[in-house]
Amino acid sequence: MDFSFTPEAEAFRVEVKAFIAEHLTPDVLESTREGTIHNQGFHKKMAERGWLNGAVPAELGGGGRDPLEMLVLVEELQLAGAPIDGMGVAVIVAAIVLELGNDHLKETVVPPIIGGDALCSFGYTEPDSGSDVAAATTVAVQDGDEWVINGQKMWTTMAHIADYVLLLTRTNPDVPKHKGLTFFIVPLDTPGIEIQPVHTMGTERSNATFYDNVRIGDEWRIGDVDGGWAVMKAGLKFERGIAGGQFPSAMLIDAAIAAAEAAPRADDATAIDDPRVREQIVRAMIDLEVARGFAYKTAFLASQGVMFGVEGSMLKLFVAEAYKKHTQWFLEMLGSEGLLSLDTPGAPVGGHLDEHFRHAPVTSIYGGTSEITRNLIAGAHLGLPRS
Amino acid sequence: MFIRLTDDEEAIDEVFSNFFTSECGPETVREAASTGFDRALWDRLGQTGAAAMSAPESVGGGGADLGTLALAVGHLGRTLAPLPLIEHAVATRLLARLAPDHALLASLIEGTAIATLALQSDNPQQLVPAGAIADVVLWRTGDEIRIGSGGAPGEVLNNLADLPLNRRNLDELCTETLSGDSETFDLAIAEWQALMATALVGSGFAALKLGVDYVQERYQFDKLIGTFQSLQHGLADASTGVEGADLLAKRAIWALDTDQPNALTLPSMAMIFAAESALSSAATSLQYHGGYGFAEEYDIQLYYRRAKGWPMQYGPVGPELQRLADLLITTGAH
Ligand SMILES: Cc1cc2nc3c(=O)[nH]c(=O)nc-3n(C[C@H](O)[C@H](O)[C@H](O)COP(=O)(O)OP(=O)(O)OC[C@H]3O[C@@H](n4cnc5c(N)ncnc54)[C@H](O)[C@@H]3O)c2cc1C
Repeated sequence: MDFSFTPEAEAFRVEVKAFIAEHLTPDVLESTREGTIHNQGFHKKMAERGWLNGAVPAELGGGGRDPLEMLVLVEELQLAGAPIDGMGVAVIVAAIVLELGNDHLKETVVPPIIGGDALCSFGYTEPDSGSDVAAATTVAVQDGDEWVINGQKMWTTMAHIADYVLLLTRTNPDVPKHKGLTFFIVPLDTPGIEIQPVHTMGTERSNATFYDNVRIGDEWRIGDVDGGWAVMKAGLKFERGIAGGQFPSAMLIDAAIAAAEAAPRADDATAIDDPRVREQIVRAMIDLEVARGFAYKTAFLASQGVMFGVEGSMLKLFVAEAYKKHTQWFLEMLGSEGLLSLDTPGAPVGGHLDEHFRHAPVTSIYGGTSEITRNLIAGAHLGLPRS
Repeated sequence: MFIRLTDDEEAIDEVFSNFFTSECGPETVREAASTGFDRALWDRLGQTGAAAMSAPESVGGGGADLGTLALAVGHLGRTLAPLPLIEHAVATRLLARLAPDHALLASLIEGTAIATLALQSDNPQQLVPAGAIADVVLWRTGDEIRIGSGGAPGEVLNNLADLPLNRRNLDELCTETLSGDSETFDLAIAEWQALMATALVGSGFAALKLGVDYVQERYQFDKLIGTFQSLQHGLADASTGVEGADLLAKRAIWALDTDQPNALTLPSMAMIFAAESALSSAATSLQYHGGYGFAEEYDIQLYYRRAKGWPMQYGPVGPELQRLADLLITTGAH
């Protein structure tokens, strides 16, 4: 058993920390207030280091960085609160195009994506299909060398600033639902696409996207016709090592300690003197160490070339559920002052605990809900029969 | 980073797995309920060298690290073996560190005498883990580490977890103050915590398996109860907790073996988390047994009682969390 990072990974950590100190300026952190956890300048700087390409396997022509180094990168970026939604998408799109895409896509899409010049969004979810993603009804119909797409997607996050959408469509309604799906990478400036904002109770903004007789050439198809499920699975595979959102509680704990030190209580004390608050901070720290255990294990397995399974699901489930609980504790500790929102004058620690509290519920919804994740653990790991 | 057993560890793990599963079935656990200890089993374990394996070679021990000892402790946890392995190993290591020439060490290495440590400071009347059977006790009073030996009471105070618990009058028992600083005792406590976490994780895995197996045998409403999603989700949560506790316990053991900066805090964090995960695994499995879960005859109740009782020997969790808070919360940084 060895939980230490290699000297190379530790050296890389120093490099990442220096990068963060230089480039993760207050302006960059502030820029996410507009609702998108992406900053083009920062994204481009990461691309220049070759980091967007890092998690893409070398066999496919990617950076092929050691998954443990990718873990270090993601860990440090998350501990610092860097906006990295664009990075997660870039890695997955680049990797699946390199693995399953045609030459056109490899030449047109991959270089700007890993170069940090183009951004892709994910178009899986629809108004009537989320967890049951294979029930998508957005249709693509072949017309000569072209495809005509009609339908609607929901929660196409970043589409309003992206160049492409990785679009899941139905190409065959007459077969079992998993077998009639096809993926396209659709340039978002294609006529017939409309993007409408979806605002949330958090700072995030997402989009609903509409496709009205959108015509694209067959060269934008990725994977086989009706072979969309294989593309979906490849995407999941490449999420390993870069799966985001592992350590949201780390930033929260720092903010909570700062807020507690400044929150007055009776007799000249502050909330940081309150044994209950101290206990909750320690409990959140324990949960964070548990999350680290899962994250290290998944990265270790990836570094061994093993496709991790249950560890990734448990990481996602555990982190989201723990984080929700932590945000509730730490907001409550502030009493009425905790009600004051982000950027409101006088809000404790700038209202960040309120921001965390608003944000937390989505972490157990997007990327597979906690219930779906429990289904996976019960079936694939515990071997329980289908309900 | 290597978060898996090495080939050597794999082989040792198999030896212990075979030992504990063949020598310590539920009937062994039940038979030892009133004494909390199975001496014949202890002697057989001693023959494998396990009792002394983690004592330094310089005093005649096996020189194994905690990671290797933890393999045995994990199986002890899975089978609920009524043996004072954790206490004995930790107390022997402590004595070897403080007084490598101590006359008592030889019998502890042989396993003919049993050692333990009293976990609370400055409490001469405390319930001592393995206190009913230990020949040698180490404890801390003020800044001093003391040792006492002689007449184990043999008699057990009836308790929730069927442990060989008893009080020892430490003031009367004391034969000697050992030279060495108080921090050495902190290290022993951390070792006990990390190994307790390991045992709890073992018990948690075993309790979960009882639940997972049972829900795949029992029918209600003409359906296998394991197909009910509420049961599946409860078991998935329990499994996630125990797997998380396992990784944290292993990291705590590694931190001690390699002298990491957090070697004195990770074990405590691991014990707290493992205690809650093991109990929730046992409680969940018990619930999904329905009424049978409450019956003496079913094994799940053995796990439920130990998951709660084992870590309680350390003391209440509230003060421990406050102690951790003092160590972990850095203020003024903002
Ligand atoms: C802020 C935000 C950003 C997002 N970004 C993207 C994006 O960029 N691209 C994209 O494609 N999607 C995105 N999503 C969509 C997200 O992946 C879905 O919301 C999620 O998969 C759940 O689908 P749903 O919302 O349709 O809920 P539903 O699937 O309708 O689920 C409703 C409830 O039923 C439960 N449930 C459903 N099926 C089962 C079952 N079999 N067993 C037990 N319980 C079940 C769910 O857990 C949930 O609690 C985003 C969502 C949000 C909120």
